Amino acid sequence: MTPSHDSLQLWPAAVSTVASETDLLILAFTVLTLLLTVPVFVAITYFALRYREGSEADRSPSGIRSNLIEISWMLIPFLLTLIFFVWGARMFIASKTAPPDAMVIEAVGRQWMWKFQHPTGQAEINDLHVPIGQPIRLRIISQDVIHALYLPAVRLQVAALPDRYTDLWFKADRTGTYHLYCSEYCGTDHSVMGGEITFMNPGDYQDWLTHAGAQQGRVAAGRTLYEAYGCAGCHEPGSAVKAPSLAGLYGSQVKLADGRTVTADDGWLREKILNPNGDRLADGYKQVMPSFAGRIPEDELGTLIDFLKAYPTSQAADATR
Amino acid sequence: MSASGSIGGTARREPHAPESTIGRKADYLHAESTLRSWFLATDHKRIAILYLTSITGFFVIGALAAGIVRLALVVPNGAIMTNDTYNKAFTIHGVVMVWFFLIPSIPATFGNFLIPLMIGAKDLAFPKLNLTSWYVFMAGALFTLVSVVLGGVDTGWTFYAPLSTAFSNTWVLPALIGVTIVGFSSILTGLNFVVTIHTMRAPGMTWFKLPIFVWTHYATSLIFLLATPVITTALILLIMERGFHIGVFDPAYGGDPVLFQHLFWFYSHPAVYIMVLPGMGVISEIVPAFAQKKLFGYRFVAYASIGLASVTFFVWGHHMFVNGQSDLASLVFSALSFAVAVPSAVKVYNWTATIHKGSLRLDTPMLYAMGYIGLFVLGGLTGLYLATLSINQHIHATYFVVAHFHYIMVGGTVLAFLGGLHFWWPKFTGRMYSEPWGRVSALLIFLGFNVTFFPQFILGYLGMPRRYATYPPEFQLLNVLSSAGATILAAGYLFPMLYLVYSLWFGRKAAANPWNAKGLEWETASPPPTHNFLTPPEVPRIPYDYPIQAQESRDQHG
Repeated sequence: MTPSHDSLQLWPAAVSTVASETDLLILAFTVLTLLLTVPVFVAITYFALRYREGSEADRSPSGIRSNLIEISWMLIPFLLTLIFFVWGARMFIASKTAPPDAMVIEAVGRQWMWKFQHPTGQAEINDLHVPIGQPIRLRIISQDVIHALYLPAVRLQVAALPDRYTDLWFKADRTGTYHLYCSEYCGTDHSVMGGEITFMNPGDYQDWLTHAGAQQGRVAAGRTLYEAYGCAGCHEPGSAVKAPSLAGLYGSQVKLADGRTVTADDGWLREKILNPNGDRLADGYKQVMPSFAGRIPEDELGTLIDFLKAYPTSQAADATR
Repeated sequence: MSASGSIGGTARREPHAPESTIGRKADYLHAESTLRSWFLATDHKRIAILYLTSITGFFVIGALAAGIVRLALVVPNGAIMTNDTYNKAFTIHGVVMVWFFLIPSIPATFGNFLIPLMIGAKDLAFPKLNLTSWYVFMAGALFTLVSVVLGGVDTGWTFYAPLSTAFSNTWVLPALIGVTIVGFSSILTGLNFVVTIHTMRAPGMTWFKLPIFVWTHYATSLIFLLATPVITTALILLIMERGFHIGVFDPAYGGDPVLFQHLFWFYSHPAVYIMVLPGMGVISEIVPAFAQKKLFGYRFVAYASIGLASVTFFVWGHHMFVNGQSDLASLVFSALSFAVAVPSAVKVYNWTATIHKGSLRLDTPMLYAMGYIGLFVLGGLTGLYLATLSINQHIHATYFVVAHFHYIMVGGTVLAFLGGLHFWWPKFTGRMYSEPWGRVSALLIFLGFNVTFFPQFILGYLGMPRRYATYPPEFQLLNVLSSAGATILAAGYLFPMLYLVYSLWFGRKAAANPWNAKGLEWETASPPPTHNFLTPPEVPRIPYDYPIQAQESRDQHG
C-alpha cells in the first residue's frame, strides 16, 4: 500500500481520534474566524461603495460611545478565541502524557534517514510499521543536527534533538499507509528524509515482525554499519570523494585496472573492505580507501555484505537517491 | 567637487522648469547634485533615499530567489535543480527579505524621511549617526552578498545550531557576520528615532498630537533597541562556535541547541513587529486621508502600538511548541500569544470604523490600505491557529506557517510599504505617478498574492512540510497554482518599478498637498526644502484634523 496519489485532496486522512478532534478544533476555529472577519470584509466593501466621495450618504456623527465600543471589540474576540486556547491546551497536555502501557519504539534521526527499532529488536529504515488499537510511544533522538518526526495522519510532530530524548505517542484505530516526514530543516536531503508509516491490525503486525521485519532488520543493521564505518561518506552519490557507487554492485561484473574482469561476490567485497590496496583495483579509480582489516569484526562484515546485496532494492537506496 | 555634479545639474531640468512657486534649487533633491553630496549626506531625506534605493535592490535579489524556489516546486521530484541549489535559494530569499528588506523597509526609508517632517523638526537628532547607520547597513550587506557570490549558504534564515555551526559545508560565516553587522544599523536607527521623538518635537506638538505613524515608529524603535542586541549576541556565539569551536549550542562541545532557538526567537518574534508596526503606522495615515475623516479611536490605536511592542517580547516560545521546550513553557507562551489578538483587533476595527461615514477616494494608496487590512486580518487570525497548541502540533513547520507569515509580511508589510510609497511619492520626489497604472498594479498584486499564498494554507493542513526541495506528487496541483500566482505577483511588482521611475522625469508636478491630507509633512513643499520648513509649522489643535469628525472625537478632545 502507498499513500493516495490523488491529484487534489483537500483534507488529510486521519487514523486516530486525536487526529479527528484536531480536525474538529480547526473547523470550529475556522467558523469563528469567519464570524470575525466576514463582517470586516463586508463592512469595508460596503463603506467603500456607500461613502464614495460625492455620494449622498448620511455622514452625521453616529453618536456611538467610543470607549464602550473600543472595549467590546477588544475583549469579545479575545474571550471567544480563548475557548480555543483551552481546547488546544487540553489536547496538548493529553498528547504529552503517554499511557504507561504504551509500546515503546526507538526512533533515531540522522542526516538523512530515520531508523526505527521495535521492542522485539527488529529495525527498519525510513518506514515504520505499527499496530492499531494500542498506544505507541516513540522515543526519539538525533545523532547529529535537529530533526523532527512528523506524522500527519495522527496530526503530531516533535523535534529529534541531539542531546535529549523527546516523546511522541498516539493510538491509531484505522489501518492504512501514510507519509512520515522530517519537518525540521536538516540540510541537503531534508526533503527525502522520510518514508511511510503503516498502521496494521495487531495480527498483521505480528506477521510483519516475524517475516518482513526480521528480513529488513538485517539489512537495516547493515545500513547502520555502512553509515557508522563511514563507507557512505565516500561511496554515496554526491559525496565529495568520488568513490564508486555500491548500489547494484553486488553480483555485477567489475572491470579491474589491469584489464581483468571479476564478479562482485561476497569474497571479493570482503577482500576489498579488508585490503583495498590489493591487486584487484577497480578500473578508473585512484586508490584512496583505507584498510578496514582488524577494524570490522567478522560478524559485522557479514551484515555489511548482506546490506550491499540488498542495496539496489532497499528503501535506503530510495531515500538517498 | 561641484564640477563632477553637472550630470544632475540645472541644465537638464530647464526644459521642464516648474511653474511652482517654490524655488526648486532650495529643495532637498536639487540643493546639491554631486555624488559626494549624496554619499556624505546628513539630510535625513537624502539618507532615506539612499536606503530606499538599497532596499529596492535587495528586494529584487530576494524576489529572484523566491522565483527560483517557486520554479523548483513546479515539479514534485526536484528535477529542475539539485536539493542544494533549492536550499540555498530559500535561505537567500529568507535572509535577504528579512534583514535587508523587511526590517529596514518602512522605518529606514519612510521613518527616516517623515518623522522629522511630521513632528516639525529640521532633521533627526543625530544626522551623522543616521548616515553611519546606512554605511553599517551596506557593510553588512556586503558580507552577505559575498557569501552568496562565493557559493551561498544553506542553513535557512533561522541558522539553527548545530546545523549552522558544525554540519553545513556552505558559506555560513560571512552570512552570519553580515547579519550581525546589520543589527547595529537597526540599533543606531532606533536610537536616533527615540531621541528625536523625545527631544525634537515642534512647540505644541504634544505626545497625543503625534500622528500614529510616529507612535508606531517609536514602538518599533524600542524593539530595535531592546531586542536587536540579543540576536547580535546569539549570532556572535554562533560565529564563535563555528569559527573557533567554542561550545555553546552544539552538544558535541557540551552546548544546548535549544538555547539558540530561545535566543533567536527572543529577537525574531519581536522582529515581526519591527516589520508590522511601521506598516500599521502607514495605514493609519492613509485611511483617514482617503476617507477625509479623523482616525477613529486615536488614543486606543496609539496605546495599541505600545501594547503590541510590549506583548511581543513575551511570546517567542510559540515558535518552539514542538521543539523540546518544557510543556509548562508551551502552555504559558500559547496563552500569552492569544493576547496579541487584543491590540491587533483594536487597529483593524478602528480603521474600519474610520471608513464608516467617511468621504472615500479609492486611489492607489487607499487600495493598498484596504488590501492590507484584509490580508492582515487573515494573517493575524491564522497566527492564532498556530498559537493553539494542538493545532500547532500538526501544522508547525508546514506550508501553513509559510502562508501565515507571508500574509503578515507581504500582505501586511509589503502592501503598507507600497501604499506608503505611492502616498508619499509626491512628497519624496515632487512628482505624481500614473494613477491608472497604480490602481492596476495594486489589484494585480492583491490577486497574485492570494493565488500564490492561499493554496499554501491548504498544503500545510494537508501536511506538506516547508523547506522541501521535493514533495509527494499529490501536492503538485496546489504547488503549480502557487507558482502561477507568483508570476502574477512578479508582474504586479514590476509595474511600480517602471512607472515610478518614469514619473521621476515625466510625472506631473506635485502640489504641496495633493491628497488634501493632514499632518505637518503636507504643510511644506513637495519635495521639501533641505531644512524641511521655510517658516515654523503651526501644530493643529488635534491630530487628524479632517473635515469629518466622528462623535467619538468629542468624547476624547471636547
